[in-house]
Amino acid sequence: MSRSDVAAPAPDSARVVLVTGASRGIGLACAQRFLAQGDSVAGTYRTSPPPELPGLLALRCDVTDPASVDAACTEVENKLGPVQVLVANAGITKDTLLLRMGEAAWQHVLDTDLSGAYRVVRRTLGPMVRAHGGRIVLVSSVVAFLGSPGQVNYGAAKAGLVGMARSLAREVGSRDITVNVVAPGVVDTDMIADLGEARLEQLTSMVPLGRRCTPREVAAVVAFLASDDAAYVTGTVLPVDGGLGMGL
Amino acid sequence: MSDATFDKFRSCAVEVLQVPEEKIVPEARFGDDLDADSLDLVELVMALEEAFDITVEESELDGIETVGQAYDLISAKL
Repeated sequence: MSRSDVAAPAPDSARVVLVTGASRGIGLACAQRFLAQGDSVAGTYRTSPPPELPGLLALRCDVTDPASVDAACTEVENKLGPVQVLVANAGITKDTLLLRMGEAAWQHVLDTDLSGAYRVVRRTLGPMVRAHGGRIVLVSSVVAFLGSPGQVNYGAAKAGLVGMARSLAREVGSRDITVNVVAPGVVDTDMIADLGEARLEQLTSMVPLGRRCTPREVAAVVAFLASDDAAYVTGTVLPVDGGLGMGL
Repeated sequence: MSDATFDKFRSCAVEVLQVPEEKIVPEARFGDDLDADSLDLVELVMALEEAFDITVEESELDGIETVGQAYDLISAKL
């Protein structure tokens, strides 16, 4: 083994990172993490902007609207440059049992969580292909594999992201673009607050690590997948769930 | 075939497909002669759109198999 094989890698040079759904929770933690690493970071939000973070380019963007996605990406390109790392994180829930889940609740979640990722990936992929390099991380959920009553729409969308990532990984692998998925478990965010304390306790009790995940812990794994250290990792699903979904 | 336009077209093809300039001739087939896969062609179209400031619709690419056919498609838009 030559010396260069064992030497610590040089720190990644600063890249242009776009995080969707960056106003809070996992998306905000990802934006903070990339900023701390010295990257140029843009974060999108739909309604409430993220807190003031030095260096963060905050952009309003509705991922269900192709024109809005295009406008936000164009602004990123004009102000920071072409996107080199995309974190497709924007997502919503509209929980109810399937028998009560109307077309609107189904469509809205699929349109945001799955088709929203499609729109953002499609818009940012061209420049990555032209540049012969890029990192795409899709934020899925343990629900894609474990299932969760009341989340048929969400589970379907999050599972869809896995199929999307794997097909895309095969399409663009020759251009040194990696496409990976993180599957967070029970993370302390506004999204799980809707579940209610009893359900949360029950879920947490099923987690081998015995506690909930912090958004920062998810961001660390996203940052890894976007790093040079993960250069040979593509098409994978990396759970960040304290063991909740292991073996699935 | 205008020389200047074809030169510009050819330099895009050389850059994207990583082939020698002399291989970019009208009768060259993208797949068989230039070893281009479908993503290479998508990338070439993006490069041509940028270089010539044009837009090529997905449907217009049906049946385009040679350099000459692609050049005709592009030059018709100028």
